[in-house]
Amino acid sequence: MSQTLAQKLVARAAGRGTVTPGEIVTCKVDLAMMHDSGGPRRVKPMLERLGAKVWDPSKVVVITDHYLPAYDDESRKIIRIARDWVREAGIDNFYDAQGICHIVLPERGHLRPGMFAVGGDSHSPTGGAFAAYMFGVGATEMLGVLVTGEIWLKVPHTIAMDFSGKISPGVSAKDIMLFLIGRFGLDGGQYQAVEYRGEAIRKLPMQERMTLCNMTAELGGQTGLIASDGVTQEFLKLKDPDPWSGDPDAQVIAHHRFNATDLAPQVAAPHSPANTKEVSFFENIKPSLAYIGACTGAKLEDLRMAAQVLRNRKSKMRLLVAPASLRDQKTAEDEGTLKILLDAGAELLPNACGICAGFGEHLLPENMVAISSTARNFKGRMGAASSQVYLGSPYTVAASAVAGRICDPREMVK
Amino acid sequence: MKAWVFGDDIDTDVLAPGRYMKSDISEIAQHCLEAVRPEFSQSVTPGDCVVAGRNFGAGSSREQAPAALKHLGVAALVAESFAGLFYRNSLNLGLPALVCDGARRIRNGDRLELDFQKSILVNLTTGDKLAFEPIPDHLLEMVRDGGLLPHLEKRLKCRTTS
Repeated sequence: MSQTLAQKLVARAAGRGTVTPGEIVTCKVDLAMMHDSGGPRRVKPMLERLGAKVWDPSKVVVITDHYLPAYDDESRKIIRIARDWVREAGIDNFYDAQGICHIVLPERGHLRPGMFAVGGDSHSPTGGAFAAYMFGVGATEMLGVLVTGEIWLKVPHTIAMDFSGKISPGVSAKDIMLFLIGRFGLDGGQYQAVEYRGEAIRKLPMQERMTLCNMTAELGGQTGLIASDGVTQEFLKLKDPDPWSGDPDAQVIAHHRFNATDLAPQVAAPHSPANTKEVSFFENIKPSLAYIGACTGAKLEDLRMAAQVLRNRKSKMRLLVAPASLRDQKTAEDEGTLKILLDAGAELLPNACGICAGFGEHLLPENMVAISSTARNFKGRMGAASSQVYLGSPYTVAASAVAGRICDPREMVK
Repeated sequence: MKAWVFGDDIDTDVLAPGRYMKSDISEIAQHCLEAVRPEFSQSVTPGDCVVAGRNFGAGSSREQAPAALKHLGVAALVAESFAGLFYRNSLNLGLPALVCDGARRIRNGDRLELDFQKSILVNLTTGDKLAFEPIPDHLLEMVRDGGLLPHLEKRLKCRTTS
Protein backbone atom coordinates (compact mmCIF):
# COMPACT_ATOMS: atom_id res chain seq x y z
CA MET A 1 0.00 0.00 0.00
CA SER A 2 1.38 3.41 -0.97
CA GLN A 3 2.16 5.63 2.01
CA THR A 4 2.61 9.36 2.46
CA LEU A 5 5.71 10.68 4.19
CA ALA A 6 3.61 11.20 7.35
CA GLN A 7 2.37 7.59 7.24
CA LYS A 8 5.89 6.23 6.74
CA LEU A 9 7.23 8.21 9.70
CA VAL A 10 4.36 7.20 11.98
CA ALA A 11 4.50 3.55 10.85
CA ARG A 12 8.18 3.32 11.69
CA ALA A 13 7.59 4.80 15.16
CA ALA A 14 4.61 2.50 15.74
CA GLY A 15 6.63 -0.54 14.71
CA ARG A 16 4.33 -1.25 11.80
CA GLY A 17 4.79 -1.83 8.11
CA THR A 18 2.01 0.52 7.11
CA VAL A 19 -0.62 2.61 8.87
CA THR A 20 -4.01 3.95 7.76
CA PRO A 21 -5.13 7.56 8.34
CA GLY A 22 -7.63 7.78 11.19
CA GLU A 23 -6.46 4.75 13.16
CA ILE A 24 -5.09 5.23 16.67
CA VAL A 25 -1.54 4.01 17.16
CA THR A 26 1.05 4.15 19.93
CA CYS A 27 4.42 5.50 18.82
CA LYS A 28 7.84 5.18 20.39
CA VAL A 29 9.37 8.61 20.81
CA ASP A 30 12.92 9.10 19.49
CA LEU A 31 13.33 12.59 20.89
CA ALA A 32 11.53 14.77 23.45
CA MET A 33 12.39 18.46 23.55
CA MET A 34 11.41 20.85 26.32
CA HIS A 35 12.01 24.49 27.14
CA ASP A 36 12.08 26.25 30.48
CA SER A 37 8.47 27.40 30.42
CA GLY A 38 6.56 24.19 29.70
CA GLY A 39 9.39 21.84 30.68
CA PRO A 40 11.20 21.14 33.97
CA ARG A 41 9.17 23.53 36.13
CA ARG A 42 5.99 21.70 35.10
CA VAL A 43 7.13 18.08 34.72
CA LYS A 44 9.45 17.87 37.75
CA PRO A 45 6.67 18.07 40.40
CA MET A 46 4.55 15.59 38.44
CA LEU A 47 7.43 13.11 38.09
CA GLU A 48 8.01 13.42 41.83
CA ARG A 49 4.34 12.78 42.55
CA LEU A 50 4.55 9.61 40.45
CA GLY A 51 7.93 8.62 41.87
CA ALA A 52 8.93 8.07 38.24
CA LYS A 53 12.13 8.64 36.32
CA VAL A 54 12.77 9.77 32.74
CA TRP A 55 12.54 6.70 30.50
CA ASP A 56 15.71 7.51 28.57
CA PRO A 57 17.63 10.71 29.43
CA SER A 58 19.69 10.41 26.22
CA LYS A 59 16.52 11.05 24.21
CA VAL A 60 15.61 14.26 26.03
CA VAL A 61 16.83 17.73 25.07
CA VAL A 62 16.23 20.75 27.30
CA ILE A 63 16.74 24.27 25.99
CA THR A 64 16.20 27.49 27.94
CA ASP A 65 14.70 30.25 25.79
CA HIS A 66 11.53 31.70 27.35
CA TYR A 67 12.46 33.30 30.68
CA LEU A 68 15.79 34.67 29.51
CA PRO A 69 17.36 36.94 30.39
CA ALA A 70 15.82 36.41 33.81
CA TYR A 71 14.98 39.82 35.19
CA ASP A 72 12.89 39.08 38.26
CA ASP A 73 12.68 36.48 41.03
CA GLU A 74 10.06 34.35 39.28
CA SER A 75 11.97 34.04 36.02
CA ARG A 76 15.24 33.38 37.86
CA LYS A 77 13.50 30.60 39.76
CA ILE A 78 12.10 29.03 36.56
CA ILE A 79 15.55 29.02 34.93
CA ARG A 80 17.16 27.62 38.09
CA ILE A 81 14.65 24.75 38.18
CA ALA A 82 15.62 23.86 34.59
CA ARG A 83 19.35 23.93 35.37
CA ASP A 84 19.00 21.85 38.54
CA TRP A 85 16.58 19.36 37.04
CA VAL A 86 18.70 18.40 34.03
CA ARG A 87 21.51 17.51 36.44
CA GLU A 88 19.23 15.46 38.70
CA ALA A 89 17.61 13.68 35.78
CA GLY A 90 20.93 12.94 34.07
CA ILE A 91 20.10 14.89 30.93
CA ASP A 92 23.28 15.84 29.09
CA ASN A 93 21.55 17.51 26.14
CA PHE A 94 21.07 20.87 27.80
CA TYR A 95 21.47 24.17 25.97
CA ASP A 96 21.32 27.14 28.27
CA ALA A 97 20.84 30.61 26.76
CA GLN A 98 21.95 29.40 23.32
CA GLY A 99 18.82 30.51 21.49
CA ILE A 100 15.28 29.41 20.72
CA CYS A 101 14.64 25.67 21.04
CA HIS A 102 13.30 25.06 17.51
CA ILE A 103 16.45 26.56 16.02
CA VAL A 104 18.99 25.19 18.50
CA LEU A 105 17.66 21.61 18.21
CA PRO A 106 18.62 21.02 14.56
CA GLU A 107 21.59 23.41 14.77
CA ARG A 108 23.18 21.07 17.34
CA GLY A 109 22.43 17.98 15.30
CA HIS A 110 19.58 16.46 17.31
CA LEU A 111 17.18 16.00 14.40
CA ARG A 112 17.49 13.54 11.58
CA PRO A 113 15.16 12.49 8.80
CA GLY A 114 12.94 9.57 9.82
CA MET A 115 12.68 10.48 13.50
CA PHE A 116 9.51 10.68 15.57
CA ALA A 117 9.76 13.56 18.02
CA VAL A 118 7.66 15.65 20.37
CA GLY A 119 8.32 19.14 21.66
CA GLY A 120 6.81 20.99 24.58
CA ASP A 121 5.93 23.95 22.39
CA SER A 122 3.38 24.58 19.67
CA HIS A 123 6.01 25.52 17.09
CA SER A 124 7.51 22.03 17.30
CA PRO A 125 6.33 21.23 13.74
CA THR A 126 9.47 23.19 12.75
CA GLY A 127 11.28 19.85 13.02
CA GLY A 128 9.17 18.49 10.16
CA ALA A 129 11.34 20.49 7.76
CA PHE A 130 13.93 17.74 8.31
CA ALA A 131 11.49 14.97 7.33
CA ALA A 132 10.99 14.08 10.99
CA TYR A 133 7.50 13.71 12.43
CA MET A 134 7.55 16.35 15.13
CA PHE A 135 4.65 18.00 16.89
CA GLY A 136 3.85 20.04 19.99
CA VAL A 137 2.45 18.69 23.25
CA GLY A 138 1.46 20.22 26.60
CA ALA A 139 3.26 19.62 29.87
CA THR A 140 1.12 16.72 31.12
CA GLU A 141 1.35 14.94 27.79
CA MET A 142 5.13 15.48 27.96
CA LEU A 143 5.07 13.87 31.39
CA GLY A 144 3.43 10.83 29.80
CA VAL A 145 6.23 10.68 27.22
CA LEU A 146 8.94 11.10 29.87
CA VAL A 147 7.50 8.23 31.93
CA THR A 148 6.58 5.79 29.16
CA GLY A 149 8.64 6.83 26.12
CA GLU A 150 5.45 6.54 24.09
CA ILE A 151 2.56 8.64 22.87
CA TRP A 152 -0.74 7.93 21.13
CA LEU A 153 -1.49 9.39 17.74
CA LYS A 154 -4.38 9.40 15.34
CA VAL A 155 -2.62 8.63 12.06
CA PRO A 156 -2.94 11.86 10.09
CA HIS A 157 -4.21 12.42 6.62
CA THR A 158 -1.90 14.48 4.44
CA ILE A 159 -2.76 17.86 2.95
CA ALA A 160 -0.32 18.60 0.11
CA MET A 161 0.66 22.23 -0.54
CA ASP A 162 2.39 22.17 -3.89
CA PHE A 163 4.27 25.24 -5.15
CA SER A 164 5.65 25.32 -8.65
CA GLY A 165 7.97 28.01 -10.02
CA LYS A 166 10.21 30.09 -7.80
CA ILE A 167 9.44 32.83 -5.29
CA SER A 168 10.49 36.31 -6.43
CA PRO A 169 13.28 38.35 -4.84
CA GLY A 170 11.84 40.06 -1.75
CA VAL A 171 9.33 37.25 -1.19
CA SER A 172 9.95 34.49 1.37
CA ALA A 173 8.64 31.37 3.08
CA LYS A 174 6.87 33.64 5.56
CA ASP A 175 4.82 35.10 2.71
CA ILE A 176 3.91 31.59 1.57
CA MET A 177 2.64 30.77 5.04
CA LEU A 178 0.72 34.01 5.59
CA PHE A 179 -0.86 33.42 2.19
CA LEU A 180 -1.86 29.85 3.08
CA ILE A 181 -3.18 30.79 6.53
CA GLY A 182 -5.16 33.65 5.00
CA ARG A 183 -6.54 31.31 2.37
CA PHE A 184 -7.35 28.28 4.55
CA GLY A 185 -7.72 29.78 8.04
CA LEU A 186 -6.23 28.98 11.44
CA ASP A 187 -7.79 25.53 11.26
CA GLY A 188 -6.99 24.91 7.58
CA GLY A 189 -4.54 22.18 8.56
CA GLN A 190 -7.33 20.27 10.38
CA TYR A 191 -4.70 18.88 12.79
CA GLN A 192 -3.46 16.66 9.97
CA ALA A 193 0.00 16.54 8.38
CA VAL A 194 0.64 19.37 5.92
CA GLU A 195 3.30 18.45 3.37
CA TYR A 196 5.04 21.19 1.39
CA ARG A 197 6.11 20.07 -2.07
CA GLY A 198 7.09 21.28 -5.47
CA GLU A 199 9.89 23.01 -7.28
CA ALA A 200 9.59 26.27 -5.33
CA ILE A 201 9.88 24.44 -2.00
CA ARG A 202 12.88 22.37 -3.10
CA LYS A 203 14.70 25.58 -4.05
CA LEU A 204 14.35 27.01 -0.53
CA PRO A 205 17.31 26.92 1.87
CA MET A 206 16.87 24.87 5.03
CA GLN A 207 15.92 27.68 7.40
CA GLU A 208 13.25 28.92 4.99
CA ARG A 209 11.83 25.40 4.94
CA MET A 210 11.83 25.56 8.74
CA THR A 211 9.67 28.70 8.54
CA LEU A 212 7.09 26.79 6.48
CA CYS A 213 6.87 23.93 8.95
CA ASN A 214 7.05 26.31 11.93
CA MET A 215 3.96 28.25 10.86
CA THR A 216 2.07 25.05 10.20
CA ALA A 217 1.12 25.66 13.85
CA GLU A 218 -0.81 28.78 12.78
CA LEU A 219 -2.29 26.84 9.87
CA GLY A 220 -3.63 24.33 12.40
CA GLY A 221 -1.74 21.26 11.20
CA GLN A 222 -0.37 18.74 13.68
CA THR A 223 2.90 18.86 11.82
CA GLY A 224 4.38 20.29 8.64
CA LEU A 225 6.59 18.02 6.57
CA ILE A 226 9.11 18.35 3.77
CA ALA A 227 10.81 15.35 2.13
CA SER A 228 14.54 15.22 2.81
CA ASP A 229 17.04 15.93 0.05
CA GLY A 230 20.55 17.29 -0.50
CA VAL A 231 19.67 20.55 1.27
CA THR A 232 18.64 18.62 4.40
CA GLN A 233 21.74 16.46 4.21
CA GLU A 234 24.06 19.42 3.89
CA PHE A 235 22.47 21.42 6.71
CA LEU A 236 22.67 18.48 9.12
CA LYS A 237 26.10 17.48 7.80
CA LEU A 238 24.87 13.91 7.32
CA LYS A 239 27.49 11.66 5.79
CA ASP A 240 25.03 9.43 3.96
CA PRO A 241 21.95 10.63 2.18
CA ASP A 242 18.88 9.53 4.15
CA PRO A 243 16.03 10.16 1.77
CA TRP A 244 12.62 10.16 3.39
CA SER A 245 9.70 10.94 1.12
CA GLY A 246 6.19 9.77 0.48
CA ASP A 247 5.27 7.39 -2.33
CA PRO A 248 4.35 9.43 -5.41
CA ASP A 249 0.94 7.73 -5.70
CA ALA A 250 0.08 7.87 -1.97
CA GLN A 251 -3.38 9.25 -1.25
CA VAL A 252 -3.79 12.73 0.20
CA ILE A 253 -7.07 14.32 1.32
CA ALA A 254 -6.32 17.57 -0.44
CA HIS A 255 -3.75 18.61 -3.01
CA HIS A 256 -3.52 22.38 -3.44
CA ARG A 257 -1.40 23.68 -6.30
CA PHE A 258 0.01 27.20 -6.53
CA ASN A 259 2.51 29.02 -8.65
CA ALA A 260 5.02 30.64 -6.31
CA THR A 261 6.25 33.00 -9.01
CA ASP A 262 3.05 35.07 -8.74
CA LEU A 263 3.13 35.43 -4.96
CA ALA A 264 3.35 39.00 -3.61
CA PRO A 265 4.56 39.86 -0.08
CA GLN A 266 1.78 39.25 2.44
CA VAL A 267 0.83 41.04 5.65
CA ALA A 268 -1.52 39.82 8.40
CA ALA A 269 -3.46 42.56 10.19
CA PRO A 270 -4.41 42.46 13.89
CA HIS A 271 -5.42 40.18 15.58
CA SER A 272 -5.00 37.01 13.56
CA PRO A 273 -2.39 35.48 11.24
CA ALA A 274 -5.37 34.54 9.05
CA ASN A 275 -6.21 38.21 8.55
CA THR A 276 -3.91 38.35 5.53
CA LYS A 277 -3.80 40.44 2.37
CA GLU A 278 -1.12 41.54 -0.04
CA VAL A 279 1.21 44.16 1.42
CA SER A 280 -0.19 46.89 -0.89
CA PHE A 281 -3.44 46.92 1.15
CA PHE A 282 -1.61 48.18 4.22
CA GLU A 283 0.66 50.89 2.84
CA ASN A 284 -1.11 53.64 4.81
CA ILE A 285 -0.34 51.95 8.15
CA LYS A 286 2.44 53.67 10.09
CA PRO A 287 3.93 51.45 12.79
CA SER A 288 6.19 52.92 15.45
CA LEU A 289 8.07 49.68 16.07
CA ALA A 290 9.63 47.11 13.76
CA TYR A 291 10.49 43.76 15.34
CA ILE A 292 12.64 41.02 13.87
CA GLY A 293 12.56 38.15 16.28
CA ALA A 294 11.43 34.64 17.22
CA CYS A 295 11.90 31.15 15.81
CA THR A 296 9.68 32.16 12.91
CA GLY A 297 11.44 35.34 11.94
CA ALA A 298 15.00 35.82 13.22
CA LYS A 299 17.06 32.87 12.00
CA LEU A 300 20.25 33.55 10.04
CA GLU A 301 18.30 33.48 6.74
CA ASP A 302 15.80 35.97 8.19
CA LEU A 303 18.59 38.30 9.32
CA ARG A 304 20.10 38.08 5.83
CA MET A 305 16.76 39.05 4.26
CA ALA A 306 16.48 42.07 6.54
CA ALA A 307 20.08 43.02 5.75
CA GLN A 308 19.43 42.86 2.01
CA VAL A 309 16.88 45.63 2.50
CA LEU A 310 18.70 47.60 5.18
CA ARG A 311 22.11 47.80 3.48
CA ASN A 312 23.03 51.51 3.27
CA ARG A 313 19.60 52.51 4.60
CA LYS A 314 18.33 53.79 7.95
CA SER A 315 15.31 52.78 9.94
CA LYS A 316 12.79 55.57 10.54
CA MET A 317 11.34 53.81 13.57
CA ARG A 318 12.56 51.83 16.55
CA LEU A 319 13.94 48.57 15.14
CA LEU A 320 14.51 45.65 17.50
CA VAL A 321 16.37 42.53 16.41
CA ALA A 322 16.53 39.38 18.56
CA PRO A 323 18.51 36.77 16.58
CA ALA A 324 16.97 33.33 17.07
CA SER A 325 20.17 31.65 18.19
CA LEU A 326 23.56 32.65 19.47
CA ARG A 327 25.24 30.63 16.72
CA ASP A 328 23.16 32.35 14.02
CA GLN A 329 24.05 35.70 15.56
CA LYS A 330 27.77 34.84 15.51
CA THR A 331 27.59 33.80 11.87
CA ALA A 332 25.69 37.00 11.07
CA GLU A 333 28.40 38.94 12.86
CA ASP A 334 31.24 37.15 11.05
CA GLU A 335 29.73 37.61 7.60
CA GLY A 336 28.81 41.28 8.14
CA THR A 337 25.04 40.82 8.18
CA LEU A 338 24.74 41.98 11.77
CA LYS A 339 26.75 45.15 11.10
CA ILE A 340 24.34 46.13 8.33
CA LEU A 341 21.41 45.80 10.74
CA LEU A 342 23.15 47.76 13.49
CA ASP A 343 24.25 50.49 11.05
CA ALA A 344 20.61 50.85 10.02
CA GLY A 345 19.78 51.61 13.63
CA ALA A 346 18.75 48.19 14.96
CA GLU A 347 18.93 47.52 18.70
CA LEU A 348 20.10 44.02 19.49
CA LEU A 349 18.07 41.93 21.97
CA PRO A 350 18.97 38.56 23.56
CA ASN A 351 18.67 35.23 21.70
CA ALA A 352 15.36 34.27 23.27
CA CYS A 353 11.61 34.15 22.63
CA GLY A 354 11.26 37.63 24.12
CA ILE A 355 8.36 39.81 23.01
CA CYS A 356 6.83 37.04 20.90
CA ALA A 357 6.25 34.96 24.04
CA GLY A 358 5.00 37.99 25.96
CA PHE A 359 8.20 38.10 27.98
CA GLY A 360 10.80 40.71 28.82
CA GLU A 361 11.09 44.42 29.11
CA HIS A 362 10.03 45.40 25.60
CA LEU A 363 6.35 44.38 25.63
CA LEU A 364 4.18 46.63 23.50
CA PRO A 365 2.54 49.48 25.42
CA GLU A 366 -1.11 50.57 25.01
CA ASN A 367 -2.11 51.36 21.42
CA MET A 368 1.35 50.74 19.94
CA VAL A 369 1.34 49.72 16.27
CA ALA A 370 4.10 47.28 15.31
CA ILE A 371 5.23 45.35 12.25
CA SER A 372 6.75 42.03 13.24
CA SER A 373 8.45 39.02 11.64
CA THR A 374 6.95 36.72 14.31
CA ALA A 375 4.18 34.14 13.89
CA ARG A 376 1.24 35.35 15.96
CA ASN A 377 -0.55 38.64 16.39
CA PHE A 378 -3.29 37.46 18.72
CA LYS A 379 -4.79 40.15 20.90
CA GLY A 380 -2.53 40.95 23.84
CA ARG A 381 0.10 38.32 22.97
CA MET A 382 2.99 40.76 22.62
CA GLY A 383 1.86 43.30 25.17
CA ALA A 384 -1.19 45.48 25.81
CA ALA A 385 -4.52 44.22 24.45
CA SER A 386 -4.86 47.56 22.65
CA SER A 387 -1.55 47.13 20.76
CA GLN A 388 -1.81 46.36 17.05
CA VAL A 389 0.61 43.88 15.53
CA TYR A 390 0.98 43.42 11.78
CA LEU A 391 2.87 40.33 10.64
CA GLY A 392 5.20 40.29 7.65
CA SER A 393 8.37 38.70 6.36
CA PRO A 394 11.78 39.97 7.51
CA TYR A 395 12.01 41.74 4.10
CA THR A 396 8.69 43.49 4.70
CA VAL A 397 9.52 44.43 8.30
CA ALA A 398 12.86 45.91 7.22
CA ALA A 399 11.34 47.78 4.27
CA SER A 400 8.59 49.16 6.51
CA ALA A 401 11.18 50.34 9.01
CA VAL A 402 12.97 52.21 6.22
CA ALA A 403 9.79 53.69 4.71
CA GLY A 404 8.15 54.65 8.02
CA ARG A 405 5.02 52.84 6.90
CA ILE A 406 4.16 49.30 5.84
CA CYS A 407 5.95 48.86 2.55
CA ASP A 408 6.45 46.36 -0.29
CA PRO A 409 10.11 45.29 -0.03
CA ARG A 410 10.51 44.15 -3.63
CA GLU A 411 11.72 47.56 -4.88
CA MET A 412 14.37 47.65 -2.14
CA VAL A 413 16.00 44.30 -2.90
CA LYS A 414 16.54 44.93 -6.59
CA MET B 1 -24.72 24.67 34.06
CA LYS B 2 -24.72 28.13 32.51
CA ALA B 3 -23.36 28.68 29.00
CA TRP B 4 -20.64 31.25 28.34
CA VAL B 5 -20.65 31.66 24.58
CA PHE B 6 -17.61 32.74 22.54
CA GLY B 7 -16.87 32.95 18.82
CA ASP B 8 -14.39 31.24 16.48
CA ASP B 9 -10.61 30.90 16.91
CA ILE B 10 -10.49 31.73 20.62
CA ASP B 11 -6.72 31.49 21.09
CA THR B 12 -4.49 30.41 23.96
CA ASP B 13 -3.13 33.94 24.41
CA VAL B 14 -6.64 35.07 25.24
CA LEU B 15 -7.14 32.06 27.52
CA ALA B 16 -3.75 32.33 29.27
CA PRO B 17 -1.90 35.54 28.35
CA GLY B 18 1.86 35.06 27.93
CA ARG B 19 2.80 37.87 30.27
CA TYR B 20 1.25 36.02 33.21
CA MET B 21 2.72 32.63 32.36
CA LYS B 22 5.41 32.79 35.00
CA SER B 23 2.73 33.04 37.69
CA ASP B 24 0.84 30.13 39.19
CA ILE B 25 -2.47 28.98 37.78
CA SER B 26 -4.63 30.95 40.25
CA GLU B 27 -3.08 34.20 38.95
CA ILE B 28 -3.26 33.19 35.28
CA ALA B 29 -6.92 32.19 35.72
CA GLN B 30 -7.76 35.74 36.85
CA HIS B 31 -6.83 36.92 33.35
CA CYS B 32 -8.48 34.08 31.44
CA LEU B 33 -10.46 35.49 28.48
CA GLU B 34 -10.15 39.06 29.84
CA ALA B 35 -9.11 40.45 26.44
CA VAL B 36 -12.49 39.46 24.97
CA ARG B 37 -14.74 39.28 28.09
CA PRO B 38 -13.24 41.25 30.98
CA GLU B 39 -15.78 40.05 33.54
CA PHE B 40 -15.36 36.33 32.79
CA SER B 41 -13.02 35.21 35.56
CA GLN B 42 -14.97 37.11 38.21
CA SER B 43 -18.43 36.07 37.07
CA VAL B 44 -18.05 32.45 35.96
CA THR B 45 -19.31 30.01 38.57
CA PRO B 46 -18.13 26.45 39.16
CA GLY B 47 -20.06 24.03 36.98
CA ASP B 48 -20.52 26.50 34.10
CA CYS B 49 -19.83 25.52 30.52
CA VAL B 50 -17.77 27.39 27.92
CA VAL B 51 -19.29 27.19 24.43
CA ALA B 52 -17.53 28.28 21.25
CA GLY B 53 -17.47 28.07 17.48
CA ARG B 54 -14.61 26.73 15.41
CA ASN B 55 -11.03 26.02 16.45
CA PHE B 56 -11.30 26.75 20.17
CA GLY B 57 -7.84 26.90 21.77
CA ALA B 58 -5.82 27.84 18.67
CA GLY B 59 -2.19 28.71 19.20
CA SER B 60 0.19 27.69 21.92
CA SER B 61 0.89 24.33 23.56
CA ARG B 62 0.58 26.01 26.96
CA GLU B 63 -1.48 23.73 29.12
CA GLN B 64 -2.35 26.69 31.33
CA ALA B 65 -5.05 27.55 28.75
CA PRO B 66 -7.35 24.62 29.67
CA ALA B 67 -5.92 24.61 33.22
CA ALA B 68 -7.14 28.20 33.77
CA LEU B 69 -10.66 27.22 32.70
CA LYS B 70 -10.54 24.17 34.95
CA HIS B 71 -9.23 26.27 37.84
CA LEU B 72 -12.21 28.62 37.50
CA GLY B 73 -14.49 25.61 37.82
CA VAL B 74 -15.55 25.32 34.17
CA ALA B 75 -17.03 21.81 33.97
CA ALA B 76 -16.98 21.24 30.22
CA LEU B 77 -16.07 22.84 26.91
CA VAL B 78 -18.43 22.56 23.96
CA ALA B 79 -17.35 23.76 20.51
CA GLU B 80 -17.86 23.14 16.83
CA SER B 81 -14.19 22.18 16.75
CA PHE B 82 -11.08 22.42 18.88
CA ALA B 83 -7.45 23.09 17.97
CA GLY B 84 -5.83 19.63 18.11
CA LEU B 85 -3.15 20.47 20.63
CA PHE B 86 -5.60 22.20 22.96
CA TYR B 87 -7.98 19.25 22.68
CA ARG B 88 -5.30 16.83 23.84
CA ASN B 89 -4.25 19.17 26.67
CA SER B 90 -7.81 19.61 27.86
CA LEU B 91 -8.54 15.88 28.05
CA ASN B 92 -5.13 15.28 29.63
CA LEU B 93 -6.29 17.54 32.46
CA GLY B 94 -9.59 15.68 32.73
CA LEU B 95 -11.57 18.63 31.35
CA PRO B 96 -14.10 17.28 28.82
CA ALA B 97 -13.80 18.97 25.41
CA LEU B 98 -16.90 18.07 23.45
CA VAL B 99 -17.23 18.50 19.70
CA CYS B 100 -20.79 19.57 18.94
CA ASP B 101 -21.98 20.53 15.44
CA GLY B 102 -24.87 22.53 16.87
CA ALA B 103 -22.78 24.55 19.33
CA ARG B 104 -23.74 27.76 17.48
CA ARG B 105 -27.38 27.31 18.50
CA ILE B 106 -26.50 27.87 22.14
CA ARG B 107 -26.95 31.45 23.40
CA ASN B 108 -25.04 33.15 26.13
CA GLY B 109 -26.61 32.44 29.51
CA ASP B 110 -28.60 29.36 28.39
CA ARG B 111 -28.92 26.62 30.99
CA LEU B 112 -27.39 23.37 29.78
CA GLU B 113 -27.29 19.77 30.88
CA LEU B 114 -24.86 17.16 29.55
CA ASP B 115 -25.82 13.53 29.20
CA PHE B 116 -22.52 11.68 28.75
CA GLN B 117 -24.27 8.31 28.46
CA LYS B 118 -26.22 9.37 25.39
CA SER B 119 -23.76 12.06 24.21
CA ILE B 120 -26.56 14.60 24.18
CA LEU B 121 -26.50 18.20 25.32
CA VAL B 122 -29.88 19.40 26.56
CA ASN B 123 -30.51 23.14 26.41
CA LEU B 124 -32.92 23.63 29.31
CA THR B 125 -33.60 27.22 28.25
CA THR B 126 -34.71 26.46 24.69
CA GLY B 127 -35.55 22.76 24.91
CA ASP B 128 -33.01 22.06 22.17
CA LYS B 129 -31.23 18.70 22.19
CA LEU B 130 -27.82 18.65 20.53
CA ALA B 131 -25.67 15.59 19.90
CA PHE B 132 -21.98 15.80 20.68
CA GLU B 133 -19.20 13.42 19.69
CA PRO B 134 -18.37 11.05 22.53
CA ILE B 135 -14.89 11.25 24.01
CA PRO B 136 -12.76 8.77 21.99
CA ASP B 137 -12.71 5.25 23.46
CA HIS B 138 -8.98 5.13 24.01
CA LEU B 139 -9.13 8.30 26.15
CA LEU B 140 -12.28 7.57 28.11
CA GLU B 141 -10.59 5.82 31.01
CA MET B 142 -8.01 8.60 31.32
CA VAL B 143 -10.69 11.30 31.40
CA ARG B 144 -12.69 9.27 33.95
CA ASP B 145 -9.56 9.01 36.11
CA GLY B 146 -9.41 12.81 36.11
CA GLY B 147 -6.66 13.24 33.53
CA LEU B 148 -3.32 11.78 32.49
CA LEU B 149 -1.50 12.40 35.79
CA PRO B 150 -3.95 10.50 38.03
CA HIS B 151 -4.31 7.92 35.25
CA LEU B 152 -0.54 7.30 35.18
CA GLU B 153 -0.53 7.25 38.97
CA LYS B 154 -3.14 4.49 38.92
CA ARG B 155 -1.29 2.52 36.25
CA LEU B 156 2.05 2.75 38.04
CA LYS B 157 0.42 1.69 41.33
CA CYS B 158 -1.15 -1.34 39.62
CA ARG B 159 2.25 -2.25 38.21
CA THR B 160 3.99 -2.13 41.60
CA THR B 161 1.27 -4.01 43.48
CA SER B 162 0.78 -6.77 40.92
